[in-house]
Amino acid sequence: MSIFVDKNTKLVVQGITGRDGSFHTRQMIEYGTQVVAGVTPGKGGQTFDDTVPIFNTVAQAVAETGANTSIVYVPSRFAVDAVLEAADAGVALIVCITEGLPVQDMTRVMPFLAERGTRLIGPNCPGIISPGQSKVGIIPGQICLEGNVGVVSRSGTLTYEVIHHLTRNGMGQSTCIGIGGDPIIGTNFIDCLEAFEADGATEAIVVIGEIGGTDEQNAAAYVSEHVNKPVVGFIAGRTAPPGRRMGHAGAIISGSSGTADEKMAAFDAAGIAVMERPAEVVALLKEQGVAA
Amino acid sequence: MNLHEYQARALLKAAGIPVPDGEVATAPNEVEAIAKRLGGAVVVKAQVHTGGRGKAGGVKLAKTAAEAKRHGAAILGMQIKGLTVEKVLVAPAAEIASESYVGVIVDRASQRPVMMVSPAGGVDIEEVAAKTPEKIFKAPIDPRYGLLPHQAMELAFELYDDVKQVRQAATIMQQLYQAFRDAGASLAEINPLITTPDGEVVALDAKIGVDDNELERRPDVAALRDTSAEDPSEVEAREMGLSYIPLDGNVGCCVNGAGLAMATMDLVKYYGGEPANFLDIGGSSSPEKVVTALKIITADPKVKSILFNIFGGITRCDDVANGIVTATKGAKLDRPIVIRLTGTNEELAVNVLTKAGFEALTDMDEAVQQAVKLAREAA
Repeated sequence: MSIFVDKNTKLVVQGITGRDGSFHTRQMIEYGTQVVAGVTPGKGGQTFDDTVPIFNTVAQAVAETGANTSIVYVPSRFAVDAVLEAADAGVALIVCITEGLPVQDMTRVMPFLAERGTRLIGPNCPGIISPGQSKVGIIPGQICLEGNVGVVSRSGTLTYEVIHHLTRNGMGQSTCIGIGGDPIIGTNFIDCLEAFEADGATEAIVVIGEIGGTDEQNAAAYVSEHVNKPVVGFIAGRTAPPGRRMGHAGAIISGSSGTADEKMAAFDAAGIAVMERPAEVVALLKEQGVAA
Repeated sequence: MNLHEYQARALLKAAGIPVPDGEVATAPNEVEAIAKRLGGAVVVKAQVHTGGRGKAGGVKLAKTAAEAKRHGAAILGMQIKGLTVEKVLVAPAAEIASESYVGVIVDRASQRPVMMVSPAGGVDIEEVAAKTPEKIFKAPIDPRYGLLPHQAMELAFELYDDVKQVRQAATIMQQLYQAFRDAGASLAEINPLITTPDGEVVALDAKIGVDDNELERRPDVAALRDTSAEDPSEVEAREMGLSYIPLDGNVGCCVNGAGLAMATMDLVKYYGGEPANFLDIGGSSSPEKVVTALKIITADPKVKSILFNIFGGITRCDDVANGIVTATKGAKLDRPIVIRLTGTNEELAVNVLTKAGFEALTDMDEAVQQAVKLAREAA
């Protein structure tokens, strides 16, 4: 098992003929993801790499191929509508890799998705991979290993760093998910914690947070009440100055709120073992009784 | 992107909100001329992107135009938190009967815009929120309908007893929400919203923060960017698609990805060093980006060692390696460099670097420790 994506994921790629979309579609197919359709308006009827049919709309792609998941690579000015189009077409899960979506637009996207029961991962995220089953996004497949550690993170490359340590030490992953660094995101830590707690293949959970907002504090409160599996955590940005946006739109200490220290204290109070540095993930999981 | 007070005032005025007159000056003579035009007492206010202007001496009251000129001369050119004051706002000194706070933000937790008001205005609203949260009143906004009239009235009744003032404040809140929408703001606030002795409700100071992701489709708002108020190296970095923030330490960092960049800075500190900067070269790297990054890092005289930390995903390690080689071809680096890269095209990158006489590491902890040690030896 795994969470959100697995062997049954049938993927439609929005923006399949673009630079990023085409590159990562090939990577996903190579990894074994069932890529059943692509969408590029005006290129309907063509075929991507002689294997994947291209449609003009997501609705056509879903009707013809039974796609249940969509991934969005289209440029930012089209991305909001791409997400809404996928939700209207009835896919259950949308993964939005594109960054740069206006936050006020996201306040209107979220109720639209809620009305249709659609889950969104991202925007501005590296996507999700259930090793050995399906990769939907840009997390490098070769650094992952099948196993029983669930990884959830607001970051991209920092997640790779942690996964890399796990894999090198023989600790495989059930699912690795990057939820994105924006202020408003579709799937948050708590959604992932709930799913990992319920997932039979997941035995321990790694939570990687960063400065800004209160998602990590909320996650900590959720862990202390609802999660029985061991959880280890990391917070990036202890040296970040207040009031500055650290790359991610959501990574900003506002006044005295959203600091790394505050979040680490919340983790600690909730019984989450806190890493001082990413390389400690393996040792901390072992302390929690997770076997390599 | 933060707007200056004078820019925020202009947007509020355009939305119909009563804002006192006021003009911007860049020289003491202009300050004097504006003060004469306005007549009576004026305030001279530094226009910089930081809080605490008053405490730093950047806001001064003047009874006469001559005094305004003197204040202008003192404030223009002064440093506030490392920023040079290039402009001042000259506005009539208002007589204040009461001060409130009105603001709208995008609330991350509820994923909606929220209108907030407080009868405790004129002070830092975060301080009010921390010390007397019962003095803050909020209304969540459904973005599909906007701030509803009854919501605005409900909030306004928390500020005033006089129905006329309540109606004025409610109208101002709706206009503020419209300005927030039109500017693509993530924050728009009036602090203080005052009442004058004759009972009028007026916006005295304004602050607007614009969502950077809105700028592409709002060229009029993007044009308000004042690059003279920013660190030139930050401007250069942004124009190249890099995200750069200078800090006080001596280990120059160049990383791909914001989370890893922060974790790298933290690790520098963990091993006893101090990071000189945050620098994220972003996802799809090109050698040109790396050349610019190196140029920006080495332009900082505080930097004693340079640390590259690259985990290749979208970013190809060989692009980064080629960038380093290109950047150092003309002029040899005058400071030691430590390069860690792993992931996509790692082997190609190691080849490129080795040929050019660089060493390449694969472990993050090892690289950070080396960079910290080299910086310490050079200091």
